[in-house]
Formats: sequence, C-alpha cells, structure tokens
Amino acid sequence: MATDTTTRPAPPEQIRAVPVRHPGRWVAAAVIAVLLAMFAHMLITNPVFQWGFMVDNMFAPPVLRGARTTLLMTVLAMVLGVLLGVVVAVMRLSPNPVVSGAAWTYVWFFRAIPRIVLLFFCANLGALYATYELGIPFDRQLMDALGLDGDLRFLGLDGNQIFAGFTAGLIGLVLSEAAYMAEIVRAGIQSVDPGQTEAAAALGMGRGTTMRRIVLPQAMRVIIPPTGNETIAMLKDTSLLIAVPVTTELNFQLRAIGSRTFQIIPLAVASILWYVALSSLLMVGQHFLEKRFSRGSGSGETRAQRAAREADAVGSTH
Amino acid sequence: MVRAEGVRKSFGHLEVLKGIDLEVAAREVMCVIGPSGSGKSTFLRCINHLEKINAGRLWVDGHLVGYRERGGKLHELRDREVSAQRRDIGMVFQRFNLFPHMTALENVIEAPTRVKRVGKQDARARGQELLERVGLGDRVHSYPNQLSGGQQQRVAIARALAMEPKLMLFDEPTSALDPELVGEVLDVMRGLAADGMTMIVVTHEMGFAREVGDTLVFMDEGRVVEAGDPRQVLSDPRHQRTQAFLSKVL
Repeated sequence: MATDTTTRPAPPEQIRAVPVRHPGRWVAAAVIAVLLAMFAHMLITNPVFQWGFMVDNMFAPPVLRGARTTLLMTVLAMVLGVLLGVVVAVMRLSPNPVVSGAAWTYVWFFRAIPRIVLLFFCANLGALYATYELGIPFDRQLMDALGLDGDLRFLGLDGNQIFAGFTAGLIGLVLSEAAYMAEIVRAGIQSVDPGQTEAAAALGMGRGTTMRRIVLPQAMRVIIPPTGNETIAMLKDTSLLIAVPVTTELNFQLRAIGSRTFQIIPLAVASILWYVALSSLLMVGQHFLEKRFSRGSGSGETRAQRAAREADAVGSTH
Repeated sequence: MVRAEGVRKSFGHLEVLKGIDLEVAAREVMCVIGPSGSGKSTFLRCINHLEKINAGRLWVDGHLVGYRERGGKLHELRDREVSAQRRDIGMVFQRFNLFPHMTALENVIEAPTRVKRVGKQDARARGQELLERVGLGDRVHSYPNQLSGGQQQRVAIARALAMEPKLMLFDEPTSALDPELVGEVLDVMRGLAADGMTMIVVTHEMGFAREVGDTLVFMDEGRVVEAGDPRQVLSDPRHQRTQAFLSKVL
C-alpha cells in the first residue's frame, strides 16, 4: 500500500516561498466597492423607489396568484415542450428521410417565429374555425364520393373556448419551446458514444429500448444545462402572454397595480425581484437534476476520492 | 457454427473484405491476427450484422445473418429479427463499451431483463454469479469509471455471457488495456474456452492464440492469407506476408 513509508527516505522540507502579489485585485476591489456604495446610496436616498409601498403591493393576493400562474405555465410549457422536443429530436435522427424532413421543417418553422407573434396567432385560432372537431380526415368529401350523407366526426370543441387565455398561451409556448428543445436533445443524443448503441445492438436490444435505456439517460448530462437556460428563458417569456392575453400572469398583475397607482418604478422593481427569486428557485431544481444524471460520470466522484483511489491503485502494483 | 462464403464488404469505394471463406465449428476457438486495416475487425462485425455484407453468404448456427433466402431471392430481415439473431451472439469490444450510468451488476442484467424478460430476481442472482465467475464478485455495485480497464473488460464479458450466447466474438479485447491488466482478461477468456464456448478472437496476443486457439487465421488486405493450427502457423508460416508480419510482432 502507498502508506508504507518506513523504507523510504524522509520527505524533503516543505517549501515556504513568498507568494506572487496581486495589486490588480486590490484596485478592482476598491473600484467595485465605490460603485456598490453609489448604488446603495441611490437606492436609499431616491424617494421614487417607495420601498414601503413596494413591499405592501408586492405580495398582494392578485400578485401571488399571478406568481402561481407564471410558475404553473413555466412548468407545464417546459414539461410538454421537452416531451414534444424529444419526439421531434428522435424523428430528426430517424433513418426515414420523410420523418426526419418533417422534424427539420418543424424546427425551422417554429424557431423562426417570435414567441409573441406565435402567441397572438394561437389566441386567434378561434377566428379560423368556430369549432374544432376530431374525426376522419376529408370525411365529407369521402362520404360524398360514396354517395352517403353525414360526416365522421367524434368530438367537437368550441374554438373560442380552447384558443383563449391559459390554453392558447400554453399551446403557443409549447410549440415554440419544442423546436428549441428538439435541437438541444439532438445534440445530447449525438454526444453519446456510438459504441454505446453498438453494445446495446450486440446484446439484441431494439432501437426503442436502446434509446430509452442507454442513449437518453447518458444524453441527459448534455441536455440538462441548456434546458435549465430554456426554463429560465421560459419563466421570463411568460410575460409575453400579454399578447394572448393571459391577464392572471405575474408581470401583468404588477404592471396593473403600477398603472392604477401611478407608481411605475416600485412595481417594476417588484417585478424584477419576483423574477430573480423565481429563477433562483428553478436553478435549485436544476442542480438536483444534474446531480441525479451524473451517476457514473467523471463528476460522480469527487476529485479527492479519485486521487485516493488512484494512489491506492498505484500503491498496490508496487 | 459459423460459415462464411465469399464475404465481401466495401465502405464506399474502399473494399475492406475481398472474399472471405471460413468455417468455425462448435466449441472451436478461432484467433484472427493481421495488420491494422486488414479487415479482421470488420469481418467480426459482419458476423453479428453490425456491418452489412455486400456479397457472399454468412451463416451462424445454420441461419443466414441479416437475410432470409426465399424463392432464390434474399430478403433483408426486419430490425426485430436482426436483434433476435444477435441475442445468440455475444460481443466484447476493444473499448469495453460498458453503460457508464449503470453499475456492473446493472450492466449485466440490463439485456436479460429488457430483452429476454427474465425476472429481476433471477437476473440479479445470475448476474452476481457471472460477475463472480470473472472474479468481480466484490465489485457488483461499482460504476464502470470506478473500475480499472481490466475489470471493465471482465464486466463486459460477463454482460455478454448473461444472454447465454452460443458464440462469443472478441474484438481486440486487450488492446486498450495497460500491459499488466491484459493477463486477467485473458485468464477469463481461457476459462471460457475450457468450458467449450465457441469463440472468434481478433487479437494481437500471440501467446494466447498459440495456447488457447484451435485455429489461427492470418488476414491481410481483406483476404485470408493463411489459416491452420496456431503452433504451425506461428512457428512455420508458409506465406511470405505471414512471415513478414510475424517477424515484426513476435
């Protein structure tokens, strides 16, 4: 073992050298300290901030409900966006050129549309058809050709009802998010060593099982950090729901109070603080996800553990 | 067990296999040697259809690999049927290709539980047994990155054995290992051969080929140059190219 020191010479004296000085650090610290002091001074002395008023309104019941709507929309849009994105990414990597072409077109189209434009369009889909029905495609033409009456539709929904408010916003955000997620997931899948797919194939595993059990879990390590970015971007983009409009969302509620009371700055600051707080909350979630999916990878073991193991391995061969 | 007739394989314009004829009997150990680029790994990968052959015929256990012959025509097999064929053929890779997000035991039981639908309890017991057989009974819960190269390759062998294959393919199983770890992997393979496993081993370990192999095949530029009893081929090669190759590696 490596701890067998009795036969070795005593270790040489520890080095006590004069460290390199870093005067630049002190200068930078001084500059930043002055800037911070100026900033704090402004926050305290400028009466427009109205801190008391801000705190009173920041946690008003409609604002709290708005925060809940915003979080719920973020989580739902991301969960559905990720699921749809995985489907599109797997399609994109399919050997079938039609399937892969369809996936490419989806990404090209929905990534090109600004979210606010897409949301506005989704909100007005009710104007396209009054009811949206589920049935056999081209059923009326088909029945006409067969000389029959009626149609083959099973389920009808009122267009103005589904494409309004929360649902319209959710549909728009999911469609847009899936396009971005598809590219992220594709990069993740392609980052996995092709040897993994080969090993799975050699064991007789099918394509689906291989993707689900072998490739995607390893792709997650590459997928999660940019997905964290996407989630935070999504949180902020829920403020675009004003285009639908979804009026129960956080930013709308804070701005409403601001315009009603003519106290624009305090409520704008409240909005900033809310989004910073919610982003931080989501970052905590990301941290735990990353830890979960780093099993068996280099980061699963701390540097100290690795060093100890390697020292042990080296020691045992002597 | 394995029969190849005129097997050819090209990557684009590059013809890697130029007509391979070989036969491996059940319980036989065939070692394949040759310079890099000679097509020996490609041939191995053709046997379990990781590569599609362009001409010739290849049978494993009496079944055409990757195709079905019907009415004088070849039909490609579906993905599912190819997977079913591969279940009987174990493969060990040069770079191990263990699943890094699973422990040694999880690596071993993954295919039996997902593909063969073996119960988790049975699979775990069997997996433990296999890992003990390759000398890793105490490392079942280690992740691949906590194991040495030799240990990883032994897990990979156990993983292939878990599907109870009739044939084992080894693609340079010791080439990525530190020299002092080669022996432990060869020991496991030697044990397998002694238990009567049919094996095709692409290797640079001449000692192993001499001692364990029933036949030795020397490949060069996509052709089988020489095949025969390992002791005879190694000590008294008939072809000039074999002589030239052996003089460099021995």
